Amino acid sequence: MALELYLDLYSQPCRSVYIFAKKNNIPFDLRRLSLLDGEQYGEEFGKINMIRKAPALRDGDFCLAESIAILLYLAEKFQTPDFWYPADLQQRARVNEYLSWQHMAIRMHGSKMFWLRLLIPKVLGVEVPQDKLDAALEDLNGSLKLIEEKFLQDRPFIAGDHISLADLVAIVEVMQPVGSGLDVFEGRPKLSAWRDRVQDAIGKELFDDAHRTIMGSQEAVKLMDGSKMQVFKPKILRLFL
Amino acid sequence: MELYLDMHSPPCRLVFLFAKAVGIPFEFKHVELSAGQHYSEEFGKISMIRKVPVMKDGSFILTESIAILKYMVQKYSSSVADHWYPADLQQRARVNEYLSWQHMNIRAHASKVFLLRAVFPVIMGSEVPKEKMDAAVEDLNQSLNLLEEKFLENKQFIVGDKISLADIVALIEVMQPLGTGLNVFEGRPKLSAWRERVKKELGEKLFDEAHEVIMKVGSLPEKMQNNSQLEMLRPKFQKLFR
Repeated sequence: MALELYLDLYSQPCRSVYIFAKKNNIPFDLRRLSLLDGEQYGEEFGKINMIRKAPALRDGDFCLAESIAILLYLAEKFQTPDFWYPADLQQRARVNEYLSWQHMAIRMHGSKMFWLRLLIPKVLGVEVPQDKLDAALEDLNGSLKLIEEKFLQDRPFIAGDHISLADLVAIVEVMQPVGSGLDVFEGRPKLSAWRDRVQDAIGKELFDDAHRTIMGSQEAVKLMDGSKMQVFKPKILRLFL
Repeated sequence: MELYLDMHSPPCRLVFLFAKAVGIPFEFKHVELSAGQHYSEEFGKISMIRKVPVMKDGSFILTESIAILKYMVQKYSSSVADHWYPADLQQRARVNEYLSWQHMNIRAHASKVFLLRAVFPVIMGSEVPKEKMDAAVEDLNQSLNLLEEKFLENKQFIVGDKISLADIVALIEVMQPLGTGLNVFEGRPKLSAWRERVKKELGEKLFDEAHEVIMKVGSLPEKMQNNSQLEMLRPKFQKLFR
């Protein structure tokens, strides 16, 4: 049985796993999961990942959650080129530092922006107060500033001269608010230049393929049926508002 | 090697405990968070993110406790036993899975409960609204349920028979609300038994030493109240309660 990857490309961590597997020609069966339709709460998926989140991996009878763990597992198992997760002590530390920092920073802030700008008003039908949007934007700007000034500085990529898992995990998160119509690259030439380098290193075709879903969000929400999400409404509102 | 630490902070206790447990020599550099020392110009030169812990190994500066732990394991690989971060593919994946999941779950929820109970009243000048407190405790309980049911299951430790980085990362976070008088172990015999096993592996004396400060956190509000920097710190702390 081939390796299975349970993915929803609306989700940033799913995109990083998708891009990594494809870029490295890792054979896998794509099992599409629709988070907005609540498919992560199905009985079958619960057996694969009781945390009920995506991405999830199933390799024989080994199941694994968490994109960072999945990326590291795939890198090791398929012996991907060194630059993705350098063996060098300090370079590896730089990658690990970013992979750790990003959870409670850009990941949280970019996600929140997407929910506040699109999903909550357009799908759940709840108005988002301006002060909440302003606070979320301030947080997002703070994270983007740290990416530029601390993680990139004057290096082409986070760990140095080559792309690594850090850049991959970073770019998919930075793209999330872009999907909601907020161009975070505007007025940020350093970030834009880095994005271009990352896109080149990944390959534009693969990058665009992975981001097709999120970039189509603004149109897609107009057709979305919010009724399936209503049951999660209290939890979502508590989380983001 | 220098470690910039405030023992009120779980990730600081984490790197302290691991380094001591495996015998990695370091110089303890104290950073008093409640006095806002992390906002000083001096500390800003060490780390512009202005958080702790920070490791300085020669001229190499590294933030993020998880990254620091992995750096220590790799640098001292000849003396750090395999079970801490197993070379076995699947076992290592289990450690990484926990290390990743915990940021937005146990860590976030235990910290929030701690901050609301110990710091909110001093900063905001009022008691925490009941709704807010109840929601935070509910979130923490859900995370603790997952820790017991998904990560521990019926095993001795998160990965299996032996302690790993995952267990220390977990326990130091779970300990955080304890000093505020919230006994998260009450009614959780599985969690309590695991806690005892982890303490034993690390060394009970060492574990208690690391947690001395957080267990005496009742004196924190008074310390903060008397701090001349309080007005400057107030808006920064307020952000934590959003």
